[in-house]
Amino acid sequence: MLNRSRRRFLAASAAGALIGHARVCRALPAIDGLKPVVEKITGGADLREGRVTVDVPHLSDNGHSVPLKITVTSAMSEREYVRAIHVLSEKNPRPIIAVFHLNPQCGRAEIATRVRLNGAQNLVVIAAMSDGTFWASSAEVIVTETACLDAT
Amino acid sequence: MLARIQVPSEVKRGELITVRLAIQHPMETGFRYDHMGRVIPKNVVNTLTCRYNGVEVFRAEMGSGISANPYLQFYTRAVASGELVFDWADDAGERASERVAITVIG
Repeated sequence: MLNRSRRRFLAASAAGALIGHARVCRALPAIDGLKPVVEKITGGADLREGRVTVDVPHLSDNGHSVPLKITVTSAMSEREYVRAIHVLSEKNPRPIIAVFHLNPQCGRAEIATRVRLNGAQNLVVIAAMSDGTFWASSAEVIVTETACLDAT
Repeated sequence: MLARIQVPSEVKRGELITVRLAIQHPMETGFRYDHMGRVIPKNVVNTLTCRYNGVEVFRAEMGSGISANPYLQFYTRAVASGELVFDWADDAGERASERVAITVIG
């Protein structure tokens, strides 16, 4: 009996892990709400998923300062480099968090900063490449206390 | 506006320089109220540029979504000895600048 419940638990946790994985693989879920902002950035060009890695904690106690690291796969050579990185938020009152402008001299397309988040949401990062293509990726963050709630 | 900028003092030619900086700034969002119920005006560091021997290597446009005391980390390739010049400005029109010397060896 005991053994069986253990087996069931293991099966359930394995299924849970699979579901968790599937959630990560979802294709840009937040893009719908951000459509006008995204269109302004891309100018109507296609937005492809990939090349951008958004490194952010899955759970944050507090939205005042959430560490964020963005890495874009690029050679950063004169012929092929990242022109700009746009950081967008799904739920913040101002959806554009920041825009970083890079050039081939950067050597590596990687930025780390800290952001404010108004509640649990998806962060969308769009990389504008020198060849005119746009690549995006999103990350889900669960925020327990939002940055817009004034605790005083 | 005080800032703390960290770059390696010596770096080999062609290698990447890791630039880390933190600026002391409240990054007021404009959504908060003071004790009299008046809106505290938005005041954020909106632009920051980094020039390496006169050439712009990095520029950030920031909004209220960046945390108070903004922190940034980015890279630039070491080409020649010289200096990195950082310039930034906030919504209140206050400007600040900081220079860091870099020695490239090899």
